[in-house]
Amino acid sequence: MSDLIFNVDHITLRFGGVVSLNDVTLHQNRGEILAVIGPNGAGKTSLFNSLTGVYQPQEGSITFTGKDAKPLSVIGKKPHRVSNAGVARTFQASRMFSALTTFENIKIGAESHRGIGVVGAMLRSPATRRDERDSDERTKALLDFVGLRAKANVISSSLSYGDRRRLEIARGLATGPQVLLLDEPAAGTNPSEKLELTTLIRKVRDEMGVSILLIEHDMKLVMSLAERLYVLNFGSVIAQGTPEEIRANDKVIEAYLGSTATETGDRS
Amino acid sequence: MKALWDNIWTRRLISSLAAMAILAVVTGPPGSNLTPLAGFTGSFAERVSFFGLFKGQRWMVFFVFALVMFAIWWTWVSYGEQIKGALSKTLAAPQAATRRRPVRWGIAIVLIVVAALLPHVVTDPFWQAAMVEQIGVFVLLALGLNVVVGFAGLLDLGFVAFYAVGAYATAWVTGALPLPFLFGGRLDTFWAIPFALALVMLAGILLGTPTLRLRGDYLAIVTLGFGEIVTIFLNNLNGITGGAAGSGKIPYFSLNVGVVKYHWGLGPVPYYYLTLGFVVLFLIVFSLLEHSRVGRAWTAIREDEVAAESVGINPLKYKVMAFAIGAASAGFAGVMTAGQSLYIFPATFTLQLSINILVLVIFGGMGSIMGVLIGAIVIQTASMYLIHTPPAGYQPADLYIYLGALLVVMMIFRPAGLVPSRRRRREIGLAESGEGHMNEVLTGDTP
Repeated sequence: MSDLIFNVDHITLRFGGVVSLNDVTLHQNRGEILAVIGPNGAGKTSLFNSLTGVYQPQEGSITFTGKDAKPLSVIGKKPHRVSNAGVARTFQASRMFSALTTFENIKIGAESHRGIGVVGAMLRSPATRRDERDSDERTKALLDFVGLRAKANVISSSLSYGDRRRLEIARGLATGPQVLLLDEPAAGTNPSEKLELTTLIRKVRDEMGVSILLIEHDMKLVMSLAERLYVLNFGSVIAQGTPEEIRANDKVIEAYLGSTATETGDRS
Repeated sequence: MKALWDNIWTRRLISSLAAMAILAVVTGPPGSNLTPLAGFTGSFAERVSFFGLFKGQRWMVFFVFALVMFAIWWTWVSYGEQIKGALSKTLAAPQAATRRRPVRWGIAIVLIVVAALLPHVVTDPFWQAAMVEQIGVFVLLALGLNVVVGFAGLLDLGFVAFYAVGAYATAWVTGALPLPFLFGGRLDTFWAIPFALALVMLAGILLGTPTLRLRGDYLAIVTLGFGEIVTIFLNNLNGITGGAAGSGKIPYFSLNVGVVKYHWGLGPVPYYYLTLGFVVLFLIVFSLLEHSRVGRAWTAIREDEVAAESVGINPLKYKVMAFAIGAASAGFAGVMTAGQSLYIFPATFTLQLSINILVLVIFGGMGSIMGVLIGAIVIQTASMYLIHTPPAGYQPADLYIYLGALLVVMMIFRPAGLVPSRRRRREIGLAESGEGHMNEVLTGDTP
């Protein structure tokens, strides 16, 4: 039995009569860069939302195992609980706190795992001030890590798409996660930004030891980055394996690459 | 003729005249069943004197008003950008100066000293009483609501409930209600403060925990309902609250700790200092909160709750906390009202009062402590002035028409309030340029 960080066991998610995820089973090893691909509407984002506690699948189980914590059963937990356990994510349409600066965005991630400390905050106690300094330090380190130091005091809504992705990644990392879920990180970025993002994502795994689970349309990026892939179509897993295996899989070619590869390639 | 109508300035002149015609009717004399048109004709034909400058019929006054409005409009459209540019250039240096910490402290100290000397300058008993009952108390209420609406972004239309709980808690603790205080004892009004604050925060948690699971409009409606529930309870629970007749006599504030003995009597000045002390306290505490982890978490929830949850912020916990902290300030306002006016009645705590407080917050600038403070002082002082020395043609019932008109004008020219908070101003700017993503669904597959 290898060291699984995510163990998704036969989950089914329905919205009324619509089946969004149908009997999906997925395993992610610790330290792995895993990708989920599939055409639009295949259920990729639903899978992410299920993994982070936003949606509650009606059947099956999802177990997240942090580093030395005991396994967490994700279904039925609120998103903030899942985040506190060590799951960070980014969003497809990037969701930043757009009226705040880059620095403040990341700092919110860095300090959300501490207790609330409202009395300390009211009195500005020494402990609170120490926490503030800690968060500032962590935020600065992460700004350096993703290369946004120069834009620390820029209002986040005026950042470029590529920078927004970096910001979201940094904010996710600030929460001190075990695994980072990236929802189409390359959407809306230009080729050079894509290349930098690939480097950054690999750096996150290699230097921070954070496992990566990503959804992506850009096949070039996925194939160069992912170590293993799952292919979703109409809510079901139709294939899994290494990039080479997926490339050679007839079902995948028929369902995804064959029919819509050019179109989805353009979309990103 | 067509060419004349096509000229935008002709239409603007007609709009100005129409707006002033409406204002003339609104401020005019009331009609009656027998002469239904009297209000209408009287609005234009009644003879008035304009601050003693000249005497004439009302329509003349409003015609001049319309021309003045048109002139301002024209100036603003023609030279507005230049005026704004010049203003921001001349204000840049003072604004930069006020951002420096010693300067801010200096201003704060000067303001406190001025506030402390105020009752010696303003000796008119009407104004001295108004400074406590109508200005001080409403500043506290507005500061509290600002935490809920401005910081956490929760539209609370039943805020008056906490004010009522604070006042009734005071009455209960001092033995003025039919329901006896614990063990039949009673406390001095001063010692009601901690009890009232605790009870009000508890009420905030109790009301907040079920309602704050809702968002946006739904929350507004439910809080509206809760506000009404509290008032109706106060009205109907005769054996506990004294019903519509209100409480028994609440004693004046008095402090009795060892050698320190002080009795707040009939005059308003000692109450003024007590209120001032608490206003300063709440100002400090709330501005520390705003710039703390808690304040940032509130901003995060307000801007994007889904993203806030994804970084590990528990929205419900922070929202309930905003409710409880905001309620504390309203609760203290309740104590002040109870301890100073001696009797309290359910009829004081109406929906209109909730909305009045909300107007202060919106006018001053949601989320901006300084703005809300200034907004509350300005609006309350203006309303008191209208009561104290009503100008010709002013009827007390029209107050809310003017406040409404003021809000409409504010929303057009300064939507973020009189002294806007920086974050709020950015948010409104983003929403106007279509960049906000408040209504986006969770699926992520939306464009």
